[in-house]
Amino acid sequence: MNFLAIIRSRPLSGLLCLIFSIASFISFQLNEINEYALNSFIVIIIATVSLLFFIIRQQGLVLLSICFVALFSGTWSVLNLIHSFDKGVVMGLDAWFLVSALWFLAWNNLVQLSALKTKNKLIELSLNIVIPVLFGAWIFFLWEVITIGMSVPQVLLPAPSLIWQVFDGFGATLFADFYQTFVRSAIPGFIMGCGAGFLVAIAADKVPFLRRGLIPIGNFFSAIPIIGMAPIMIMWFGFDWQSKAAVVAIMTFFPMMVNTLSGLNETDRIDRDLLHTYASSYWRELFSLRLPNAMPFILNALKINSTFAMIGAIVAEFFGTPIVGMGFRISAEVGRMNIDIVWATIAVAAVTGSMFYGVFALLERKLTFWHPSMRKS
Amino acid sequence: MAKPSSSKGSESSAIDINNLFLTFETQTEPVHALSDINLKVEAGDFVSLIGPSGCGKTTLLRVIADLEKPTSGSITVEGKTAHQARLDRAYGYVFQTPALLPWRNIESNIHLPLEMSGYSKSEQKKLSQEYLSLVSLTGFEKKYPWQLSGGMQQRVSIARALSFSPDMLLMDEPFGALDEITRDRLNEELLRLWEQTQKTVVFVTHSIPEAVFLSTKIVVMSARPGKIIDVIDTNFPKDRNLDIRESKEFLKVSQLVREGLKEGHSDGS
Amino acid sequence: MEAKRLFSMLIGGTIGPVVILVTAIIMIWYAGAVYLNSSFLIDRYEKNNIEWTFSQLASDSWSMERPVLPSPHQIAKELKKTIWDKKITSPRSLVYHSRVTLSSSMVGFLMGTFLGILLSVGIVYVAALDRTLMPWIITSQTIPILAIAPMIVVVLGSMGIIGLVPKAMISTYLCFFPVVVGMVKGLRSPSIILVDLMNSYSASKVEVFWKLRLPASLPYLFASLKVAIALSVVGAIVAELPAGAQGGLGARLLSGSYYGQTSLIWAALITASVISATLVTIVGRMERAVNNRMGLQI
Repeated sequence: MNFLAIIRSRPLSGLLCLIFSIASFISFQLNEINEYALNSFIVIIIATVSLLFFIIRQQGLVLLSICFVALFSGTWSVLNLIHSFDKGVVMGLDAWFLVSALWFLAWNNLVQLSALKTKNKLIELSLNIVIPVLFGAWIFFLWEVITIGMSVPQVLLPAPSLIWQVFDGFGATLFADFYQTFVRSAIPGFIMGCGAGFLVAIAADKVPFLRRGLIPIGNFFSAIPIIGMAPIMIMWFGFDWQSKAAVVAIMTFFPMMVNTLSGLNETDRIDRDLLHTYASSYWRELFSLRLPNAMPFILNALKINSTFAMIGAIVAEFFGTPIVGMGFRISAEVGRMNIDIVWATIAVAAVTGSMFYGVFALLERKLTFWHPSMRKS
Repeated sequence: MAKPSSSKGSESSAIDINNLFLTFETQTEPVHALSDINLKVEAGDFVSLIGPSGCGKTTLLRVIADLEKPTSGSITVEGKTAHQARLDRAYGYVFQTPALLPWRNIESNIHLPLEMSGYSKSEQKKLSQEYLSLVSLTGFEKKYPWQLSGGMQQRVSIARALSFSPDMLLMDEPFGALDEITRDRLNEELLRLWEQTQKTVVFVTHSIPEAVFLSTKIVVMSARPGKIIDVIDTNFPKDRNLDIRESKEFLKVSQLVREGLKEGHSDGS
Repeated sequence: MEAKRLFSMLIGGTIGPVVILVTAIIMIWYAGAVYLNSSFLIDRYEKNNIEWTFSQLASDSWSMERPVLPSPHQIAKELKKTIWDKKITSPRSLVYHSRVTLSSSMVGFLMGTFLGILLSVGIVYVAALDRTLMPWIITSQTIPILAIAPMIVVVLGSMGIIGLVPKAMISTYLCFFPVVVGMVKGLRSPSIILVDLMNSYSASKVEVFWKLRLPASLPYLFASLKVAIALSVVGAIVAELPAGAQGGLGARLLSGSYYGQTSLIWAALITASVISATLVTIVGRMERAVNNRMGLQI
C-alpha cells in the first residue's frame, strides 16, 4: 500500500521513464539480430536516475543536475548510434524505447525547471532563455532521430544535420540570396513604407478631414491580401529588387499609418488640457505628449512590419526574379527536389526574420518601458 | 519672474466674471452648464466652488482656465482676457487625476512647463528641487510616476503647477480620488503652501468640510442650470490646523453651506 | 445656410471624407493610367506617323488591350465578364476561383481557431507549457512561413496529399498564432477579485474555466479572429501560387502575371480584397455583438 502511495506522489513522467528504460534494456538483451549495438551502460544509468525519483523525497537542484547529465548522455549516445548507421538502416524497438524514456525524462526535467522559483532577476532571466532553448534543442533532437531512425526520404524532410551541411558547400550562394532579398529588397522597402506611413499619419492627424477618411481606408487595405500586388509591381518596376521593395513598401505602409494615427489619437483629454494650460504650440504638444504617447503603437507597427518585410520580399520573388534571392531559391530548388537547400534557405530566413523582429522588440522595451503592458508588477 | 504686485486694494481683481453664460449644444437639446455667473476673486483669496455633481463647478474652473469658451458674458483673469492669461501662463492647473506623463520621471515631469517657459537646464533643476521639497518629496526625483502612490502623484502635480511661479492656482477636485486620511494631510499641506506662497487659489470640491477648512470664500452652486446660489465668507486664522473642525465657528459655517446646497436642490427640482 | 450644412456634412463624419478620398484615388488612378501607358502609345503613334492629341492619348490609354495600368472601368468590365457572364462552374469564372480559395481558407480558419484555443488552454493551465511553448510560438511567427507555403504544398503533393488540405494547412498555421496570443491574454484577464469570488464559492477549476475565464476571454478571442480571418485568405492565396495549382485566386494572379493580362490580375486582386474585407466585417459584427453582450462598449 505504502509503495502505491509513493508512486502516486511522484511525477508520472518519472515512472514512465523507468518503465521505458527497462523495456529498452530487456528488448536489447532479447534481440540479437540488430546491426548496431545500443550502449547498455547508458540505458542502465537512465533507469537508475528515474529510480532516484522514487527514492529521494526532496527533489532539489542536485537531483535535477543528475537528471540533466543523464539526459545529455542519453541523447548523445542515441545521436552517436544513428550517425553510425548505413543508409536504409532503421532503428529497432530497443532504441525507440530508449528515445521514449528520454522523452519522459526531458519532460520531467523541463517541468521541474519551470517550477523553479527564484528571486534573483538574473537567474530568472536566464531561466526564461534556457527553458525554451532546451525545448527547442529537444525538438531538433527528435527531428534528427525520427528522420534518420525511420529513414524518412530526404525529399519529404531532411535531417537537421543534412541541412547544416548545406551551409558548408553552398554558403556563398545562400549569402548572395540573403543579400538580394533582405538587404536590397526588404530593408529599403521597409524604410520607405514605414517612413511614408509615419509622415502621412502625422499630416493626416493635423487635418481632421484626412484623418476621418484615411482610417477606414487604411483598415480596409490592412485587411486585404496586398501580397497579390506583386505581379503588378513586377510589371511596373521590373524583375530586380525594385519591384520587391515596392511590394514591401506597400505592405508596410498601411499598418504604420493606421497604428500611428490611432496612437496619436490615444492621448488623454486631461493631458491635452494640461499642455493647453501651458499654451503650448502644436509642435511642442506633438513632440512632448502625443508622439511619446503613440510610441507603443508605432513600435507595434514596426514589429508587425518587420515580419511583413521578409514575407513580402520572399513571396514577391515567386512571381519573377533574377536568378538570385531566397524566394527564387526556394521555388527553384523545390522544383529540383533539393529539399535540403530549401530548408537551409528557410533557416536563413527564420534567423534573419527573428533577428529583425528582435531588434524592434528590444527597442520597444527600451523606449516604452513606462507603458503598463511593459511593466511587471 | 515677479509680476507687478496686485495688492488687495487695487482696482483689478484676480478674477472678475460678469453675466457669464455657457451652453453646450448637444444632439437632443442644449445643456445650460453655466447661467448668469457673477464672481469676483481678489488676489490672495482661497475660493472654493462647491455643489452637487453636474452643477458646472468644473466647467466654471475650465472657463477661468480658458479650456472652455463662454457663450456670452465677460471674464477677466489678472486684468486680462482669459485667453491672454493662458498665453501668459498666469495660472497652474491641478487636475482631478495627477496627469503625469508616464515616460518622464518625477523631475522631468516638473520640468515640462519650465521647458516651455524657456528656463535654462540649471534653473529647471533648481526649481524642481525647490518645489519637490515644498511638497516633501525630495529624493523621489528619479522615480517614475507609476512607482508612486496616488497621494504622492497628486503632490507632484501640485509641485508642477507651482514650479513656474504663477500667481494663481486652479484646482479641480485634486484630492477626490484619495482616501480620507491622505486627503486630510494634503489639505493641511495645501493650506501651509497657500500661506507661504500667497497665491490666489480656486478650488473645486464636493466635500463641505474640505471647502470650509480651506477657504476664505465659499461659492455654493446648484445644478441645471449651473448657477451661483450663495457666497459665504469665512474668517479662520491663517495658521489653522485640522483641530478647528471641532470648533463652533466651523460647524456654523458648515451649516450655512449645507443650507445653501439644500436650497439650491429644492430650487432645481 | 443650406450650402454650409451640406459642406459640414461632407467634412464631418466618416462617410463624407471616405467618399471624397476614394473619388480622389480613382481620379489619380485614371491620371496614372494615362501616365503609365503613354510611353508605349506615343511610341506606336510615332512609328505609324499618326498625329495625336492629348484627349486621344487619354482615351486610347484607357482602352488598351494589355495596359500597364488598366483604368477602373476596364477592371469593372473584366469583373462583370468573369463574374456575371461566365457560368460559375467554368474555370474562367472568378466565382469558381473564389469558391476554391474561400473553402480552403475557411477550413484553415476553423482548424486554426480550434488549434489555437486548445493550445491557449494548455498554456494557461500548464506552467511548463507556458514556459516551453510560448516563446516558440512567438518565434514561429517571426519566421516568414508564408514564404515556404508553396513548398509545403509541393511536398505534401508528392506524398499524395493534394487539393484543399495542404492549402488549408497553411491557413491553419497562420491563424492559430493570433488566436493563441489573444486567448492566453483573455483567459488570464479576469481580475484577482473575480477569481477570489469564484474561490469563495469553492468553484472547481472546470467551473472557473466555463463560468469565468472563457466568457472573459471572448472579447479577446474575437479581436484575434478578425486578424486571423484576414490571414487565412492570404494564406490560401499564397498556397495557390505553385505552378500547377488548378484553381483559386492565387492561381489566377499567377496566370495573369504569366500572360501579361493586367486587368485579369486586378480583377482577381479586387475580388480577393472584397472577400477578405467582407469576412473581416462579418467577424467584426460578431465581435460587436459579443462585446455588447459582455457589457463592453467599444
